[in-house]
Amino acid sequence: MGEENVMSDDILVIAEHDGSNVVDVTFEMLSAARELAKDSGGKVLAAMAGGAALAGSLGAFDRVYLIDDPAVSNYSPEAFEKAFTHVVRDVDPGLVLTSTSTMGLDLAGGLSVAWPAPLVSYVVGLGREGDDVVATSQIYGGKLLAEVVVDSPHAICALIAGSFSGQPSPEAGSPDVETVSLEGIGPSRTSALAVHEPDSGGVDITAADILVSVGRGIGSKENLEIIEELAEALGAPLAASRPVTDQGWLSKPHQVGKSGKKVKPRAYLAFGISGAPEHLEGMRDSELIIACNTDPDAPIFDVAHYGTTVDLFDLVPELTECIQA
Amino acid sequence: MVLLKQLPDLVEELEPSPDGTDIDREFIKFILNEFDDQALEEALVTKESSGAEVIVVALDEPEVDQVLYTALAKGADRAVKLTGVPAGTWVPTHLRAAILAPFVRELAPDLVLTGVQSAEDLDGQLASLLGGYLDLPHAAVVVGLEVKDSIARVVQELGSGRSVEEQITLPAVLGIQAASQAPRYAPISKIRQAMQAGGLEELEAPAPVDSADIAIAQVRIRRLYAPEKSTHAEMLTGDPGEVATRIAEILRSKGLVKA
Repeated sequence: MGEENVMSDDILVIAEHDGSNVVDVTFEMLSAARELAKDSGGKVLAAMAGGAALAGSLGAFDRVYLIDDPAVSNYSPEAFEKAFTHVVRDVDPGLVLTSTSTMGLDLAGGLSVAWPAPLVSYVVGLGREGDDVVATSQIYGGKLLAEVVVDSPHAICALIAGSFSGQPSPEAGSPDVETVSLEGIGPSRTSALAVHEPDSGGVDITAADILVSVGRGIGSKENLEIIEELAEALGAPLAASRPVTDQGWLSKPHQVGKSGKKVKPRAYLAFGISGAPEHLEGMRDSELIIACNTDPDAPIFDVAHYGTTVDLFDLVPELTECIQA
Repeated sequence: MVLLKQLPDLVEELEPSPDGTDIDREFIKFILNEFDDQALEEALVTKESSGAEVIVVALDEPEVDQVLYTALAKGADRAVKLTGVPAGTWVPTHLRAAILAPFVRELAPDLVLTGVQSAEDLDGQLASLLGGYLDLPHAAVVVGLEVKDSIARVVQELGSGRSVEEQITLPAVLGIQAASQAPRYAPISKIRQAMQAGGLEELEAPAPVDSADIAIAQVRIRRLYAPEKSTHAEMLTGDPGEVATRIAEILRSKGLVKA
């Protein structure tokens, strides 16, 4: 391997915020980066677009590159990609960490082409072997893990939120912030019009003691009736996984998971939900999880406390009867 | 233009191949990536509202003819299969994007739609990579689209119920999360008709853009394995009545049943 193939030890984390808080996955990336940099002595840096008032909570990073420009005051995929690409090229870290959030999905591919650097997505584990980055990725809906070796001076890893531990550390001092200007970045073909905050639509699934949740296995909107009866018997709101809201069988405020709500009820009953990583992210911390799915290998059973492969169409009416008895 | 991709059916058992660097693809069933189905639906909805022409494009992958004919039966105007691509193995998304980029450039559609992600996007997602190779604006996790003249109004989900609305000057590449209505169903009779009418265009895939080589070569799968299950649910067995009784008992013991 030639000298030019040696990776810099510095790691740049693409920090995420929602306008009022730095998002947790930022601190998960921080701890993954710290672990990786432990032996090499590399620096762990952050880049953040907009959210200048939040930079203070990034004190645990060795340095923060803050892109403070009207172009990034609202989220716009094109402006953010140009801005982060500019910072990445300038800072020239060995490794860039981002997440599989919308911003991460928007950024990673374009950055991979523009920097250029290889990209590994769906990452749940990270390590180094000599000069190589070794990433473990969750593919095929969590059914398989792939161990990927990246032999390159630069690499990008997109991490799945919730795969690494990491909390904000309020005791960390004020960060070393370098403000980055975007002069010469050029005009953008994309302009943000408005950010819409969550619309609860009357249902608050995050406050319930017990949730009756339904997934693709329900098959159709008409079939929801048996689930509604059970939910009513339990006095529980209906929750759903993404396929159900995408099909329009239930409205968006019912959705649990990465693009929906994060819930932590005392009991979570999952019917016909296989347990895609994006769904598990939103409900795995529930106190009690009972799952019903006809596939004995469904990933939902790895986080559930109790499970059954009995068909939901046979089980649910019986269960409603037991609850009403 | 809608880019479609075949995926192993995740309901099936997936086994690593003997050398452990890919899945065993010999006996598994392939289905259309569910997000690509959403992308197709959104394209058809856009066609109905603005009179666009819809071209579906796929690489020559297992059982892909059926998918392309189904798209024609649903209302797509043209279906193109790109041949001469790697067959029977995992196609890295960088390579997929690098093959599609020259083709997209040549046809120069106003809008390219594809699924937001696929379950085997180990090296990234198509919309962002293709946008990168073509230097076109792109957006992922799109749940709303309206096209007027050469402007697309796009809604992207940001997570936790937040979303952003933006305006993109076309052409652009969008990764669709959900169409504005559930994907339509094509009756078998219509799919048969489409098959009998032929009309599937087979074209030689263009040479991939050069810069793709670098990135593809540097990501190497060393090992593919099933995750070790650290915990597993206690399985309740018996007939539905017995299982229901047991679940009701568990809920009662936690004080979660009011009556």
